[in-house]
Amino acid sequence: MTRFIARRLVGMVAVLFAVSVIVFVVFMVLPKQNPAQSLAGKNATPLLVKNIEEEWGFDDPLPQQYLTMMKKVFTGELIQYEPRIPVSDRIVEGIPATFSLTIGAALIWLFFGLLLGYLSAIRAGGWLDRILTGVSIAGISIPVFLLGPVLIYVFANELEIFPNGQYVAFGEDPGEWLNHLILPWITLALLSIGFYSRVVRSNMLDVMNEDYVRTARAKGLSERQVMTRHVLRNSLIPVITLFGLDFGATIAGTAIITESIYSIDGIGLYAAEAVAKFELPPIMGVALYGAFFVVLMNMIVDVVYAYLDPRVRLGESASA
Amino acid sequence: MSAPLLSVQGLRVGFATEEGVLQAVDGVSFDLRPGEVVAIVGESGSGKSVTAQTIIGLTRANNARIEGSVKLGGKELTSAADAEMQRLRGERIAMVFQDPMTSFNPVYRLGDQIVEAIRAHRPDTSKRSARERVVELFEAVGIPAAERRVDDYPHEFSGGMRQRAMIAMALALEPEVLIADEPTTALDVTIQAQILSLLEQLNRERNLATILITHDLGVVAEVADRVLVMYAGKVVEEGTLDEIFYDPQHPYTWGLLGSLTRLDLPRPHRLPQIAGSPPSLLDLPQGCPFRPRCPHEFSKCPQYPGLEAGLPDSPNHRDRCWLTPEEKREKRMVEGQIGLEAPRQVGPA
Repeated sequence: MTRFIARRLVGMVAVLFAVSVIVFVVFMVLPKQNPAQSLAGKNATPLLVKNIEEEWGFDDPLPQQYLTMMKKVFTGELIQYEPRIPVSDRIVEGIPATFSLTIGAALIWLFFGLLLGYLSAIRAGGWLDRILTGVSIAGISIPVFLLGPVLIYVFANELEIFPNGQYVAFGEDPGEWLNHLILPWITLALLSIGFYSRVVRSNMLDVMNEDYVRTARAKGLSERQVMTRHVLRNSLIPVITLFGLDFGATIAGTAIITESIYSIDGIGLYAAEAVAKFELPPIMGVALYGAFFVVLMNMIVDVVYAYLDPRVRLGESASA
Repeated sequence: MSAPLLSVQGLRVGFATEEGVLQAVDGVSFDLRPGEVVAIVGESGSGKSVTAQTIIGLTRANNARIEGSVKLGGKELTSAADAEMQRLRGERIAMVFQDPMTSFNPVYRLGDQIVEAIRAHRPDTSKRSARERVVELFEAVGIPAAERRVDDYPHEFSGGMRQRAMIAMALALEPEVLIADEPTTALDVTIQAQILSLLEQLNRERNLATILITHDLGVVAEVADRVLVMYAGKVVEEGTLDEIFYDPQHPYTWGLLGSLTRLDLPRPHRLPQIAGSPPSLLDLPQGCPFRPRCPHEFSKCPQYPGLEAGLPDSPNHRDRCWLTPEEKREKRMVEGQIGLEAPRQVGPA
């Protein structure tokens, strides 16, 4: 176990290094405005631009620029150009909002995904299954950029039940924090509820055909015991893997559309802003932050997987 | 003779499918007494497993039609409520399945899976005493280091040991009837012999009535008292072990016997086999379903004979074949032993 984690941590460093190189190279290859020009402002003299280029090292050879930037990443001195504040400050500021959004939405989608998938599977072919199938397909099909505005229109503008976005820190006012997050949570979770319920349903139907389920019935367990202890329990193994990866990706800042629609100042919004301005430091910062969580969740998923399925052993055989 | 413990009369099981009703079991009758081993023999798709699973109510489904009667100690099971069948499964009738590799849930410890069975029927049993019971059972079925191995996961057991654990689970609540569905098929030959002698020992010591489902007549010869040979959902021959082995009446039984490899005879040039494959249950030939594969087919075969005793001396030895006993005695001898003649051309080669 310890060896496994140690090896995965080494792997994590390698992945983060690769991500940083790829982001850097891609950024350098793409056509763009001279960053010194944008830093200097609209009416800058060529001399000023030249000075900034030298001061920021934009005329250094690329490997040199890469090394300088990575050094700044580790010392927390990576500065975005406009306004000139450290990238790490912006990321740290965005974390509470993104974490609140993601964790809440993830709990909602996991709970309802499992519940609806379970109900669908034990009534497979019946009317409840058909209704739930329709509902989940609808959930999967409605795009977030449509669902968000519709929810805002109905629940914020017309019914005035919920506020139409913004993020209120939990420490400031827990009630308002919750109130402001309900619509974003629903928006972010709905697609995954639909998707997860389909996955749970189909996994359960597969497991129902397993020999050990017949054994469970033959030994006289009730239908509910068979379904929960054997069918659902074993169907969860792949679902938990999926959940770990999805959760990692969302916390890494991929809830960009939801954060934009509800003006939640999180990592996703910052990523969108960085890409729109096309500045390397924030792009690099957000990419590394995201990659870190994706890799971390991968590692956690592997550990949890080994716990859920005793046939999987971490360590020696895991390298195969 | 004591009264039958389990009595199956005219059992028919059909499944509605999109292509029509699939009559998996079509009129199976037999009695099972305490301490007796009845073997049901047949190829895949002959209806033997469906018969067994119907007895304990595992084939109940919306598309299943179950007719006839299954009585356990006089109590009708085909019409019993689901909850009643659930109480009875494991408690009075237990089942051992074919593939011990896949018949345990891989994510739970073996001991826990058996404890679960015990506590499902005896909720008052403490976990500790249920566990002690499992250790006893493991010892009874010959699992070494039982105390330690109850905490193993299924994948940590070998196939033979897993089948022993399966049998231990079946015995957990001291059932009256044990249904063993191909209990040795997935095992090595040496392990097969061990499992069979274990089943035989349990059957003797505990007076356990056993239904043994198999396609392997070698297994039958080891343990069975009586034998039912099934083909395409029907019993085509039934009799005592000796009757079936030494005086088989149905050509299908000859084929099964002829395809056994024998150590006491010179090795055959090729392993004999029954030509062709079992018919689709959705598209049975008219009359005897074995007709297309039978080299002895004649004008009467498009009518299916009833299950009748042809030999005056053995009224309980019944079969479904139009040939006279004399014809049978002559036709079943192939190269000096019982077998099914090399077939005429069966369909396109």
